[in-house]
Amino acid sequence: MIAGLCVILICQLAGEAIVRGLGVPVPGPVLGLLFMLLLLLLRDRFPSLAFGPLKDDAIVGVARGLLANLSLLFIPAGVGIIQLINVLLEHGWAIVFALAVSVIATLFITAGTFLIVSKLMKRRDAGGAS
Amino acid sequence: MTQPPFSLWVYLSQTPLLWLTITLLVYAAADAVSRATHRHPLANPVLHSIWILAAFLWLTGTRYETYFSGAQFVHFLLGPATVALAIPLYENRKAVMSAIFPMLAALVVGSVSAIGSVVLLAEALGLPRNVVLSLAPKSVTAGVAMGISESLSASPALTAVATVLTGIMGAIVVTPMMNRLGITDFRARGFAAGLASHGIGTARAFQVDEVAGVFAGIAMSLNALVTSLLVPLAVTLLLR
Repeated sequence: MIAGLCVILICQLAGEAIVRGLGVPVPGPVLGLLFMLLLLLLRDRFPSLAFGPLKDDAIVGVARGLLANLSLLFIPAGVGIIQLINVLLEHGWAIVFALAVSVIATLFITAGTFLIVSKLMKRRDAGGAS
Repeated sequence: MTQPPFSLWVYLSQTPLLWLTITLLVYAAADAVSRATHRHPLANPVLHSIWILAAFLWLTGTRYETYFSGAQFVHFLLGPATVALAIPLYENRKAVMSAIFPMLAALVVGSVSAIGSVVLLAEALGLPRNVVLSLAPKSVTAGVAMGISESLSASPALTAVATVLTGIMGAIVVTPMMNRLGITDFRARGFAAGLASHGIGTARAFQVDEVAGVFAGIAMSLNALVTSLLVPLAVTLLLR
């Protein structure tokens, strides 16, 4: 478990270091996510990399544990809302309205785009076969 | 008579232990209620934990900084949890590759509309610039959204609450909306749910359909990447 956590922390550390060092406008952990993915894909490509936590399922176990309790991790920051009570009293309804309209529009546009491109691909594949 | 318990409180209320324990306790209780109601979107444990804890701090006159000295141990894990999102992406790489073009198109178009719609709408409603910036990344998972918010010098706390609200609204609306529109492709339905309302939408998608859940999880991970690239760009283009 500790070895698995180490791999995750090293990926995050590398991400943070690059973000700070090069001034990339991306959160460090997001870059860490990419490194983690690359590391797992490289391991499948080069069997010599498959040792320690990269060989067994140590990383998967830690990742599952973290993601299963993802909701808990938002709470400390969310409680920070008590420092913004004036903003909420003044703009609360406008914020909720903007979020509601945006989420409905996003759901509609995303599902629509997926379906349209999926149909176009199918038609192209069928056209190519005939 | 009341002196000893009061001084005990004064001591304990300054220790990280008390606030860490209370955070976990409130969340465990809220999560139990959520499970008892079969994960009903309105019983969202994050939403209820936040207002209960905020009310408790207000009633006891505790400063947020004091609370955070204990809660920071939980907060720290957001970074590693974001890195851990690579695991579901890796495990579902075959599903990703089999629908790569519809997904990439939906990812880019969806991400742009998630950011663009809320920024333009919030501007039109005359919200202050700091609030508009805090709302911009609301469709991605809260850890990433707060990171983006921080790098824009907006308010991560407001972003966290906006993100949770977005997740809950998306989770409530997605199933009736897709049924009304007659969309039966669960890949598209799940992908939209995960993209628009991150982890909360993904949890909802898993309750409705396994395929929808997998695609929602993929959309959540991918959108974390795309949104963190797009928000700084969108902000410079849309706001000046």
